[in-house]
Amino acid sequence: MKHFSKLISAVEITNKTNDKIAAFVEYFQTAPDKDKLWLIAIFTGKRPKRPIKTTVMKQWCMEVAGIPEWLFLESYSTVGDLGETMALLLPEPTHHIEKTFSHWMQEIVDLKSKSDAEKEGFVRKAWSGLETQECLIFNKLIGGSFRVGVSKKTLVNALAKFSGIEANQLMHSIIGNWDINEISFDDLLQGEHINYDNSKPYPFCLAYALEKDLTDLGDVKAWQVEYKWDGIRGQIVKRNDEIFIWSRGEELVTEQFPELVAAIERLEGDFVIDGEILALKDNAILLFNDLQKRLNRKNVTKKLLEEVPIGFYAYDLMEWNGNDMREQALAERRSLLESLFTAENTSNKTLFISEIITAETWEELIPIRAGARAKDSEGLMLKQKNSPYHTGRKKGDWWKWKVDPLTIDAVMIYAQKGSGRRSAHYTDYTFAVRKDDGLVTVAKAYSGLTNEEILEVSRFVKKNSIEKFGPVRTVKPELVFEIAFEGIALSNRHKSGVALRFPRISRWRKDKPVEEIDTIETVKQLILSPN
Amino acid sequence: MKLIKFTKKGIYCIPGKFYLDPWFPVDFAIISHGHADHARWGMSHYLCHDDSKAILKHRIGQDISVESMPYNSEKTINGVKVGFFPAGHTIGSAQIRLEHKGFVVVFSGDYKVKNDYLTVPFEPVKCHEFITESTFGLPIYNWMKEEELQQKMQDWVLNNQARNRTSVFLGYSLGKAQRLMKLMEGMGEIYVHTAIHNINEAIATTGIKLPATKKWTAETDKKEVQNKIVIVPPALLGSNMIKRIPNAATAICSGWMQIRGNKRWQSVDAGFPVSDHADWNGLLQAVKATEAEKVYVTHGSQAIFSKYLNEIGIPSEEVKTEYGSNEDDTEAEPKSKQAS
Ligand SMILES: [Zn+2]
Ligand SMILES: [Zn+2]
Repeated sequence: MKHFSKLISAVEITNKTNDKIAAFVEYFQTAPDKDKLWLIAIFTGKRPKRPIKTTVMKQWCMEVAGIPEWLFLESYSTVGDLGETMALLLPEPTHHIEKTFSHWMQEIVDLKSKSDAEKEGFVRKAWSGLETQECLIFNKLIGGSFRVGVSKKTLVNALAKFSGIEANQLMHSIIGNWDINEISFDDLLQGEHINYDNSKPYPFCLAYALEKDLTDLGDVKAWQVEYKWDGIRGQIVKRNDEIFIWSRGEELVTEQFPELVAAIERLEGDFVIDGEILALKDNAILLFNDLQKRLNRKNVTKKLLEEVPIGFYAYDLMEWNGNDMREQALAERRSLLESLFTAENTSNKTLFISEIITAETWEELIPIRAGARAKDSEGLMLKQKNSPYHTGRKKGDWWKWKVDPLTIDAVMIYAQKGSGRRSAHYTDYTFAVRKDDGLVTVAKAYSGLTNEEILEVSRFVKKNSIEKFGPVRTVKPELVFEIAFEGIALSNRHKSGVALRFPRISRWRKDKPVEEIDTIETVKQLILSPN
Repeated sequence: MKLIKFTKKGIYCIPGKFYLDPWFPVDFAIISHGHADHARWGMSHYLCHDDSKAILKHRIGQDISVESMPYNSEKTINGVKVGFFPAGHTIGSAQIRLEHKGFVVVFSGDYKVKNDYLTVPFEPVKCHEFITESTFGLPIYNWMKEEELQQKMQDWVLNNQARNRTSVFLGYSLGKAQRLMKLMEGMGEIYVHTAIHNINEAIATTGIKLPATKKWTAETDKKEVQNKIVIVPPALLGSNMIKRIPNAATAICSGWMQIRGNKRWQSVDAGFPVSDHADWNGLLQAVKATEAEKVYVTHGSQAIFSKYLNEIGIPSEEVKTEYGSNEDDTEAEPKSKQAS
């Protein structure tokens, strides 16, 4: 697996996307075709199921490395990744095994039907002949969790650079239905197994943040005003009975949203529409983190479908029965969209049409924007009614007019080391506000601090830990942070009685003593008077 | 009678009436090496290895009262025989051997077992009690051979040069910087930050020959360093001074880079596991070679390493010191001001 190992090293030794793409291109130029197919298979979830339980692998590793379990666990908690921990613990190889990447993959596939003793023999033999980096790859391939550390989009861009084929077509090709034993690398790239004409997306039209006075926008009636939603911007393409869902990042996410595909299937005709995918449950919009779960899973399970149902808010229509409608005025496109999203078609609680807000004057919109949060919306979108559907970002026709975030001052009470790539430092924090004589947890936040601040907080945590619960440290309530969030609602699932939407650290309030943090009562008042 | 005692001020030699690497001001301090957590300000009198003398003066003050002696020699203080043995950690780093009425204690300071072809290689010293560091006291830390490490780093530089990039290494001014200079010898012109340049000058006064370098300051023309090698202290990561370097590829050089996750969240290109501390097997090998009947474990993974030593039949105890108070940070966390 020397080509593959070299690729991984090259990708890990730079954080410049162009270098990573160059490393992939070199791989595509030098590696055997079957290896390349496997690489793409791994990126697109076409990987074998884990043939060996991790507990068993762990046991073998402890035996080979000659270390007790507690020491293994200490090591694991430091590394934060099982496959990597094992690779680091295993002794130096006694010899070197060289097999192609696809050969290894085939052997891993074949393990499924092997006896326990054969599996053990296979793993131990591999360990004795692979150096640390290869061992890491091997462990992660067996565990079914191998990630190369670049996005699908980067892989596709590398394939496009290597082959000269359009990136979106390649995205469709690799995501499409193919079997590693039945297709050649060239045929896969050429898209022999797909019909790209059916999936080809349009570039999204993007809006700028409003930077003008409302009065400079002219007559309010020349504008289509809608709520702004923060989910996953998506483009649904339906042509010749095939349905594709593209994300704004030019990834195909069709398989992640089966209920949306089912709802679209019932609509007549061919079309391309632009809209927002939101996690929706009982008419309430769930947290973005929940929606993220739908994207991150290779397989969307029944359980997940029930936990995080989604809805699609349609914004625009770019193609209608084979005709490109983008140069038509927004108002015309909108009426076509309305004819498609009829009351009947939207009765299933999956498809919605983005509601139009009517106003006689700009002033009328001010309280509506201020109240957007109560609808779990981020603010308003202003779109010129006679505008075309632009390619990319063009100033002037589409504006986003967001509400300002809400903030509270809270104290950090728990800290946890980040997992994987952030495993050396305390990066995940839990914050509390005052309740009676004590504190009550209100939010968890991961981001918002500079690297320098994270180091400072980490040092504080190390010196001021009161208790350990596994990886979590209870720390002296001393560091005060301003937490910004997009919305707040009463919640009986949370001990504090409130749930915050998109909480994040907006700044470290070194100037504020812990006595001055917010109380749960003042936090609850934000529900009643959001601004 | 006990020879040493762990006190609030540092490791104290009872009959000798002196301290080893104390962290509070005392009358007489014997210093293992020049890192800031071991050689501190405020001692009435210092004793260190010959090669550390100029470094101590440079870091603490030209007017300090400091005497020095070479490796493998001896000095008697209040009836205690004091000797220095190579620790292989940085230039001038020493293990401190104490002998009193036939009872021998060795304090390792910081050490590295692997030969870096720059510092005098580590020498195990037999003793009754051994005080060891444990910075990398987990079995996941196993350093690759120096030649292999050098190959990887040089390949990276060659690749950068092919793409017209400047290779920027982050490493502490004392120890890591000189090691990087040695690893990069012959790869092209090496520029070092002023802080490193000054330490290099102090080292040069001892007669040690370091690879040739040029001084890199805020005034240096940015075109001059293009395609070259630049070594800077980690505190500069993300600074404007580094951002001024056109087309830079940056690398953190630290033992913590052994774990992939530790590099990824730093905004650097590469992470190389270059450490001046012993790895897991190095620690075990060193401890066993002393044949000590008791091992005290200081800064790092002291709880884990001493628990393990006890399990394999070497009586051991963890000791709380102020060394490397953030030593796990100092090698990994680029913005920390302390040196390890
Ligand atoms: Zn130290
Ligand atoms: Zn040191």
